[in-house]
Amino acid sequence: MSMVRDIPAVTADATTDIMNKLTDLFLTFAKIGLFTFGGGYAMISVMQEECVNRKKWVSDEELMNVTVMAESTPGPIAINCATYVGYRQSGMIGAVVSTLGLIIPSFCIILLLSAFLSDFLKIKIVADAFRGIKIAVGILMVDAAIKMLRKKTFKPLQRMLVAGSFLIMLTSGITAVRISSIAVMLTGAVVNLMVFLIKNGGKGK
Amino acid sequence: MIYLELFLGFLKVGFFAFGGGYAVIPLIRDVVMSHGWLDDEMISYMVALSESTPGPIMVNMATYVGASQAGIAGAILAASAVVLPSFFIILLLAALFKKVENNRYIKVILGGLKPCMIGIILATGVMFIGKNCQEGNTVVQLNSLNTALSAFQVNHLNMFLTVFLAICYFGSAKIIKKGISPIQLIVLSAIFGMVVFA
Repeated sequence: MSMVRDIPAVTADATTDIMNKLTDLFLTFAKIGLFTFGGGYAMISVMQEECVNRKKWVSDEELMNVTVMAESTPGPIAINCATYVGYRQSGMIGAVVSTLGLIIPSFCIILLLSAFLSDFLKIKIVADAFRGIKIAVGILMVDAAIKMLRKKTFKPLQRMLVAGSFLIMLTSGITAVRISSIAVMLTGAVVNLMVFLIKNGGKGK
Repeated sequence: MIYLELFLGFLKVGFFAFGGGYAVIPLIRDVVMSHGWLDDEMISYMVALSESTPGPIMVNMATYVGASQAGIAGAILAASAVVLPSFFIILLLAALFKKVENNRYIKVILGGLKPCMIGIILATGVMFIGKNCQEGNTVVQLNSLNTALSAFQVNHLNMFLTVFLAICYFGSAKIIKKGISPIQLIVLSAIFGMVVFA
């Protein structure tokens, strides 16, 4: 809360108002952060309930726009939404407070759990459970990719990029030749940009 | 220096994590493995832990890696590094959303980034499954294609469980309206793990 005190006090009333608003933002997003598992779209529906229906901080339309925005920018969708709503409500400091509110509960939980995980894993039945979970994780990742593929309509070149990056990463995994996934993504962006420029260059702008 | 490495590593993850959720696992795996912080075994535990605790997976994983490498300070650094890029990008976009959205160069660049991301996630998922179905996957380290092929022995129990869970997961969507959710699959897999491997 030290940030809150840094706000220049215009009047005593205005300061209290800002304080209340920031506290409200923090607590609301902390609640969202604490009760949504898995992140992503699960969080969007909770966000809708809290920010649109209850608090009326943003309109449904606006939240939809943020979701679209979040889709094409890096970072978890929930965090993008929190930053945006906070910014709309109380500017830069609102954005900071809302984002922190969303992160802090899970941060504390993980911090606590990480201290015990390795001891925890020595128990036979826990280790067995995690062996099962490991299998589920693989399935879930394949599922995430399939869902993304279905949602988007791709041009032929983009389909080639999907297949190409898949094969490159798979080969890199099997042969243990380390290829950075970020390098693969950047190559994809450059290829797509080049093809676009060549096509448009031919038309003479 | 570990703090700087954590911060820069997760800053990189934050910049390229389009779509959030599982999309981020390959990126984090990349950073974590290249520094030798955790192995595949621990990474999948970490994914399970991040999935079964509240909050965005990306932040949870960053916190976990940071905490395991450099305590609380490491956790704070990693978690903030992973959030910072998207934080500033959204602030920027909140101001100029309409203009940026329709910029065709940005569209083309994103149009190249996203398909690759999907390919990478798919490959990582397939590798995860492949490693799980392999005998003694905790001991055997794959160093070249030859040793990989000669060392590949199927672990029937794991393979059976993989097929079974996949059928449950993908099949349930056809029977029940929404199907099994990821968190339900994890619970289910834990239960079956306890039964099958006991």
